[in-house]
Amino acid sequence: MTLQHYLVISAILFTLGIFAVLTRRNAISILMGIELILNSCNLNFAAFSRFMTPPEDISGQIIAIFGIVLAAAEAAVFLAIILAIYREFGSIRPNEVDTLRG
Amino acid sequence: MEFTLKTFIFYGFALMTIASALVVVTVRNIVHAAFSLMVTLFGVAGLYVFLQADFLAATQVIVYVGGILVLILFGVMMTSGHFEITTHVKSHAERWQILLGGVVSLALLMLLLTVIANTPAWKNLTDDGTELPPTTERIGELILNGQFLLPFEVVSVLLLVALIGAALISRKEVRD
Repeated sequence: MTLQHYLVISAILFTLGIFAVLTRRNAISILMGIELILNSCNLNFAAFSRFMTPPEDISGQIIAIFGIVLAAAEAAVFLAIILAIYREFGSIRPNEVDTLRG
Repeated sequence: MEFTLKTFIFYGFALMTIASALVVVTVRNIVHAAFSLMVTLFGVAGLYVFLQADFLAATQVIVYVGGILVLILFGVMMTSGHFEITTHVKSHAERWQILLGGVVSLALLMLLLTVIANTPAWKNLTDDGTELPPTTERIGELILNGQFLLPFEVVSVLLLVALIGAALISRKEVRD
């Protein structure tokens, strides 16, 4: 396995995530797309850490762990906002939620 | 590259990851998409194992599959009526959105693949297959006693803020 194998997998995951964010009409599907994007970037960190640095240097993996933590925090806040929006508008389709007034 | 059992399993994980990610972004039923996302996350965890990142793989399974995915499923169940789980018939605008989004994503993929194929520094870096010692001890050392101590503390404060914020945003408003 070369570095490029991992980079190609990661690029495909990233693109699929972008596609989901651009085309999905449901906020939770968009969240899944964002999770795909974050996963691809964590995979990149781990791959570069394995191939581009000496084997005893694992800083890339630690950054990836921080990335997972940030993804968890992001998902929690995202779903909280979705719940609040659902209670207010009765829908979580992003193009139906277009009011700014409180 | 000789075709051993290891490469076979690697391609299996890669295929599993990409195919299930494709299902995540195309399938209409959100619950099916969530379960497909679980397969994707397991596939990425398997790729971490191939990168000899054992702690990272375990964290991926515990946090993503055990935490975020359950959170997503709860979100699906709390926000969709039984009729709204599957998205309904595509409108004209929706077709255009999918077409344009597909074009943009494909162009992005082409760009990324070109960059990956043509960057000289990334070429011919093969996994020599040397077994590294488990990473958990060194990760603990670096996080709690090394150069990552400050980010670790910052992230813990961020988690606390996210926890309080999520609870505050999502609670029912009680007016007295």
